[in-house]
Amino acid sequence: MQELIKRMKELMADGTVQRVLGWKKGDLSYNPEPYYFNSAEELDDFVYDGFCGANLSKYMVKGSNLEGKTLVLLKPCDTYSFNQLIKEHRVLRDKAYIIGVGCKGKLSPEKIKEKGVKGIKSISGAEIDGDCKELKIDTVYGEKTLAYKDVMLERCHVCKGKEHMIYDELMLESVDTCDGDRFTDVEIIENLPAEEKFEFFRKELSKCIRCNACRNVCPACNCRKCVFDSTKFDAEQKANVDPFEESMFHIIRAFHVAGRCTDCGECSRVCPQGIPLHLFNRKFIKDINEYYGEFKAGEDAETKGPLTDYTLEDLEPGERR
Amino acid sequence: MNKIAVKELSALFSLIAENEQLYLPAEKGGQTNYARYEEGTRFDLSTLKTVKSAKEIFFPQSETLYTMYKNGKKIRITQQELQSENFVAFGVRGCDVKGIEVLDKVFLSAPVDSFYSARRDHGTIVSLACGEPEESCFCTVFGVDPANPVGDVTTWLVGETLYWRANTEKGEALTEMCASLLADADEADVEAEKTKIKNILEQLPYTNLSLDSWHGDATKEKFSSELWKELYKPCLGCGTCTFVCPTCQCYDLKDYDTGKGIQKYRCWDSCMYSDFTMMAHGNNRTSQMQRYRQRFMHKLVYFPANNDGMYSCVGCGRCVDKCPASTNIVKVIKAFAEKEGK
Amino acid sequence: MCECHCHDNYNLDTLVPMVGVVTDIRQETPDVKTFRVNAPEGGKLFEHKPGQCAMLCCPGVGEAMFSITSSPTNKEYQEFSIKKCGVLTDYLHDLQVGDEITVRGPYGNNFPVDTELKGKNLLFVAGGIGLAPLRSVINYVLDNRDDYGTVDILYGSRSADDLVQLKEIQEVWMKAKDTNVYLTIDRPQDGWDGHVGFVPAYLKELELTTDKTVLVCGPPIMIKFVLAALEEMGFSKTQAYTTLELRMKCGVGKCGRCNIGSKYVCKDGPVFRCDEVDELPDEY
Repeated sequence: MQELIKRMKELMADGTVQRVLGWKKGDLSYNPEPYYFNSAEELDDFVYDGFCGANLSKYMVKGSNLEGKTLVLLKPCDTYSFNQLIKEHRVLRDKAYIIGVGCKGKLSPEKIKEKGVKGIKSISGAEIDGDCKELKIDTVYGEKTLAYKDVMLERCHVCKGKEHMIYDELMLESVDTCDGDRFTDVEIIENLPAEEKFEFFRKELSKCIRCNACRNVCPACNCRKCVFDSTKFDAEQKANVDPFEESMFHIIRAFHVAGRCTDCGECSRVCPQGIPLHLFNRKFIKDINEYYGEFKAGEDAETKGPLTDYTLEDLEPGERR
Repeated sequence: MNKIAVKELSALFSLIAENEQLYLPAEKGGQTNYARYEEGTRFDLSTLKTVKSAKEIFFPQSETLYTMYKNGKKIRITQQELQSENFVAFGVRGCDVKGIEVLDKVFLSAPVDSFYSARRDHGTIVSLACGEPEESCFCTVFGVDPANPVGDVTTWLVGETLYWRANTEKGEALTEMCASLLADADEADVEAEKTKIKNILEQLPYTNLSLDSWHGDATKEKFSSELWKELYKPCLGCGTCTFVCPTCQCYDLKDYDTGKGIQKYRCWDSCMYSDFTMMAHGNNRTSQMQRYRQRFMHKLVYFPANNDGMYSCVGCGRCVDKCPASTNIVKVIKAFAEKEGK
Repeated sequence: MCECHCHDNYNLDTLVPMVGVVTDIRQETPDVKTFRVNAPEGGKLFEHKPGQCAMLCCPGVGEAMFSITSSPTNKEYQEFSIKKCGVLTDYLHDLQVGDEITVRGPYGNNFPVDTELKGKNLLFVAGGIGLAPLRSVINYVLDNRDDYGTVDILYGSRSADDLVQLKEIQEVWMKAKDTNVYLTIDRPQDGWDGHVGFVPAYLKELELTTDKTVLVCGPPIMIKFVLAALEEMGFSKTQAYTTLELRMKCGVGKCGRCNIGSKYVCKDGPVFRCDEVDELPDEY
């Protein structure tokens, strides 16, 4: 990581970039925050470790309006989002200097707590320079050891790969973390009888508190003004009059990001109620793959998405490939 | 002091639920929130913090206040019936009890909010001491004692026993209702538990958080600080912090057309939302920086200014746990302390 | 139903409105109408003080706070002058006489007509629809003429067509004892032989003496320049009152929307003395 900090300071010093968009050390061992570093001194508080799950690409929507170039750190999966944002003209490529940083899997504080760990004083083993195999956690209730893999974010188990889709330079090593198929859970739900399927979604979506964290963190949700923020619309953001309203919100959102969602998993990471929101998006991705051929949103910044591109080979309604 | 074996708790809850409505932390879809107890409810007293606080029992996320019926040019209005049945809120942690005290300042000050007030009148709060406080907890900073929380009844979960102490008339009445299942107990185990908790509290990272520079007279100095311009930057403008917060009480009033009548309902709102202060002809807080500043200024300066120094934060740490961008009130307090050299 | 008596005192919540019936509608200007509201059984819905507001709602459309423009001395009805500028006000402008709306209030504080203003020489400065709250005070003062000193009224709007309550201004205010009315419009206009120019500039031209208490209401930008002009003319901030307008929902200082500093505009305002406004964070 020191190497990375050194390089960022160099790029600031030689005027290549005006600032760094990265992660700032938290006050606990697991809560770094997205941060714009405006000086070399500020970078003393920089951190990049297993807890830097936040996808910084969406912050570049704002970053694109700032003066000069912003050095932005993107993990492999974040680069898909960045490409997609370029495609949608929401970020400017030439306002960003991208250092693609390696990734050894990102951690979920929730999962750590689900393992019964509480009263955390410090965590070691999450450093990007380490082997990221084991976490040693010092708590007020004693020492705990956890396998890194057991407390990784769901998305890292079905990682799209550690290759960066867009960058100016690459730094730090990655470790392959994929040990599952991202459509397995979708298939399980697809195969449920209709009532059980409905029950599953009702149970999950009725937990929704309409905080909009999923929408606000989502790089595909980049409308200047969201339809759910309109006062002229009955299902306005906070209105959870009945469970139907909540389902509406998530289903409309899933439709709106279909074909543009890169499956970055931020929605599920931030949901305070642990709703597996990524499943909606993956269902759409799976269907798109089946209907229009394999497509990965954000693989590049040019290719038109299958839902916004008409070809003579497109399926007719009701047809399956 | 009374006690009941943990394995008897289902019987206790069934007994209470036979007589009154019972709300308690229950697991659903992997998360623990307050829910109405029914036979078979998967209650969960071991999770320290429910996602949403006990606030929602007294101030629900969404509630209808009245219904307007239109008939040609005529309008008829019927008010929603107020809570008229007694109920019990069980397992409320010390921070959440304090949160309700904060809400009281808002909803019970003139003019009294009858919907809230009726729930307060009919609700009996059974608090639960925090046997294992966590690193994001800082309730002691706000004068809460998680080892000995207030409430109509206070309970302690020690090993396989739940200890029970009535504090108020309502608490005595509930104790009497449950008398057939409660046994007498001495206080030795509870005293030991309190000592254990106190020891843990001293080791928690936020225990010594200082609020010295935050008070009702700090408006000018804090409002104009340059720090806000940095602190707000990670903020996504979502409402997670406000919705999980035990003291955030801003609300919206909206119409819902049922087809038969138009319900005026109240729902939680968030000062973090871009349209919170939007009017037909303008908005006085157009930037996220202003909205972010408003939330913390309200909790730490404006609220104390109006309520004899009482903060509108109880240190439950839910925002610390849940903010998607890991920004929170503790970081704000610390950033100011650092800047002010304290 | 409940057998307890613990909420006998608050059976109808303060958030639950009354039904009001629109009994008269006057087109004041192309985009301002004045609505007269009565209780369905006749008479006034409630008593109010000059400067107070009420929440008007069209079910299913919306609810918003409007200042009561009629004087408390009017014993028959309440009036609201409303400018068409959004979803709710569009709907209100389509109402017919006889239509019902819901009304709750009165809310907020009032201009201190019974205390600080008593016996004082008064200067009213209004712009556009900002005359609405001041009209309540002006008529109250004129109806209790002996309790106050001289009255000067400076009122301006974009054009002659945008002056509200023109009939009353000409027929009542201009004829009242010890009362001067000064009208101005922003730009010259055919058929207008009165003063042309912005309110703050006209105020300075008038060279009024500083022995007056000033009540200002209008668009924020006008208020800002009027206050600056007053200061220039030698008035102190403690001599001037104005009203603030922020988004409101509950009207009782609880929903949090109109919170600014430690004040809630719906409850602690809308009337503030200008030195009090200075104490508020700059967010209005």
